[in-house]
Amino acid sequence: MKNEIDWKKYLLTLLITGAIFGTAIYISDYFGNKKIAEIQNIQSKISIDILSSETQFSLLEESSCKDIASTTAFSDELSSLESKLNSTEQDRGANDAQVLALKQNYSLLEIKDYVLMKNITEKCKTPPASIIYFYSNKDGECPDCQKEGYVLSQLRSDYPAVRVYSFDYDLDLSALKTLITINKIKGQLPALIIGDQTYYGFQGLDTLEKAPELKAIVQMKVATSTKR
Amino acid sequence: MYILLFIGLYFEVFVLMTYLEHRDTIHEESNNTSRQPSRYPTVSIIVPCWNEATTIERTVQSLLDLDYPQDKLEILLIDDGSTDNTWEVMQGFTQTASIKIFHKENGGKHTALNFGLTKSHSELVGCLDADSYVDSQALKNIVLGFESDPQAMAVTPSVKIWQAKGMIEMIQNIEYIWAIFLRRILGFMGAIYVTPGPFSIFRREVFEKIGGYRKAHQTEDMELAMRMQSNGMKIGNAHTAVVHTSAPHTLKKLYVQRLRWTHGFMKNAIDYRFMFFKKEYGNLGIFILPLASFSILATLYAMGLFLVGLTQGIMTQIVKIQTVGFHLPHFSFAIDWFSVNTELIAIISLLAFFGTILTLLLSSKVARGKVDFGLDTIYFLALYSFIAPLWLAKALYNVIFSVTTTWR
Repeated sequence: MKNEIDWKKYLLTLLITGAIFGTAIYISDYFGNKKIAEIQNIQSKISIDILSSETQFSLLEESSCKDIASTTAFSDELSSLESKLNSTEQDRGANDAQVLALKQNYSLLEIKDYVLMKNITEKCKTPPASIIYFYSNKDGECPDCQKEGYVLSQLRSDYPAVRVYSFDYDLDLSALKTLITINKIKGQLPALIIGDQTYYGFQGLDTLEKAPELKAIVQMKVATSTKR
Repeated sequence: MYILLFIGLYFEVFVLMTYLEHRDTIHEESNNTSRQPSRYPTVSIIVPCWNEATTIERTVQSLLDLDYPQDKLEILLIDDGSTDNTWEVMQGFTQTASIKIFHKENGGKHTALNFGLTKSHSELVGCLDADSYVDSQALKNIVLGFESDPQAMAVTPSVKIWQAKGMIEMIQNIEYIWAIFLRRILGFMGAIYVTPGPFSIFRREVFEKIGGYRKAHQTEDMELAMRMQSNGMKIGNAHTAVVHTSAPHTLKKLYVQRLRWTHGFMKNAIDYRFMFFKKEYGNLGIFILPLASFSILATLYAMGLFLVGLTQGIMTQIVKIQTVGFHLPHFSFAIDWFSVNTELIAIISLLAFFGTILTLLLSSKVARGKVDFGLDTIYFLALYSFIAPLWLAKALYNVIFSVTTTWR
């Protein structure tokens, strides 16, 4: 018996399989770019909103705190942006050039939002409700960062009024370097800034809830729960 | 991982292309039930029995019910030293002219088959496991298989599960249906490497030229097929020749059976490694044998990755619970397309999965005559990938550390 091999069929199969792979690469790339575009759109919208609020804040120095506060609620949008960014980072990898560019832009927006909120807090004498969190994704640099992330997510879930600004300590962004320098943050991570106080190392939920700077918000929530 | 997926997808495309090439032949064979052989050659069916007292009667009765001239059919029942009352049950067939019964000391299935070969004198010789039952048209369709391909030195049947009940049998039901389709495709490629114990039929010259059955790591049907292929003997397939076989109904029994099969394949593949990547052995040498071996390692690798991912996921959840306590996740019916995984690996895996579904539907069409997607298919898709690595891993371990695999 002659064992015939149809080489043409092997080649044709290779071409079809290659075409299927090519289509999959195209689809993946198409949706990947759509996701990037969506993040850029959200960033652009937040950027305009923050700029608008900053301008409004400058124009209405004497306006009521109620008016200002009602126009500066970007927390949810920033939070949604953060989760989309994390998802993209997981898809494309932390070292992807586009991911790094998006993270830089996002960090910049966070800093702007933080500064604006700080000004409003000072002007309106409202209790500070912001936490700045520095983490690192580098292997072995911050073994407790994963746990700290869980704590802060839970804290944000329990107390929606608390704003958490997360920053990759190693991100190459001059505004971020300035933030690190003016707050005298050492490379001991995780690091948290709450009000004027800086905390190094892992901080549990209990510790954060007892932090004097967050006391007002925690007590406000307890009071509301009791009333119900 | 991309290489594994590419090879898996390549195989699926190759199978589907071969199906399209021979689609008309397959469906003509399925639909034309009035075909008759131009000649009825003499046939001997050897039934090796070891402690088969409960199933032998039904097996023999199915042979007696074959739509085949009784004067052309010889049934040889070989009691391979049973310790139950198999021999007594066999005595009940002494009055039937076409049945001959023999008793020998236990020596294993291959010795019973070789004993039967010495007692047979027909043009075609076949074997039927004593826990299997033939469809009445099976032998006629096998003979038609020899007629349609005069070069075929053996013709294999379609093996189906006998009355699949319960999850384990239903999973095997789909596996066997898929195997029916695949064996038909391999038949067109000249790349069949197993002549199943239930009702594979051989021309007598096969045994005269290359000898009888060997122990072959408890998988004599696989070794004989590889020996035939290595000697340039073609093996065909008649998917309309249906044989029903009893399947293991517990996971443990299935594990033992599949461990023997997989270990047997690995050991025989090692024994016949000279065929790998040699074009003189056709599609079997350059594609199917290397692919079958590769698929075992690929499945184990994929399962390893899955287990690592699963362990990491569980560890992450444990750390999270230890850190902030247990909180029910927030469920939302709103689907954010952003959370859909659009990574390349996810898209290719999805395409390969659709390819698998398509292959299973075609298998159902060929084996059952209709496209069927029932509970058995769902069980198969959901569970087979998780249970198969159990015997694949142990078989590999047994091969590496020279551990003997037992029959039962």
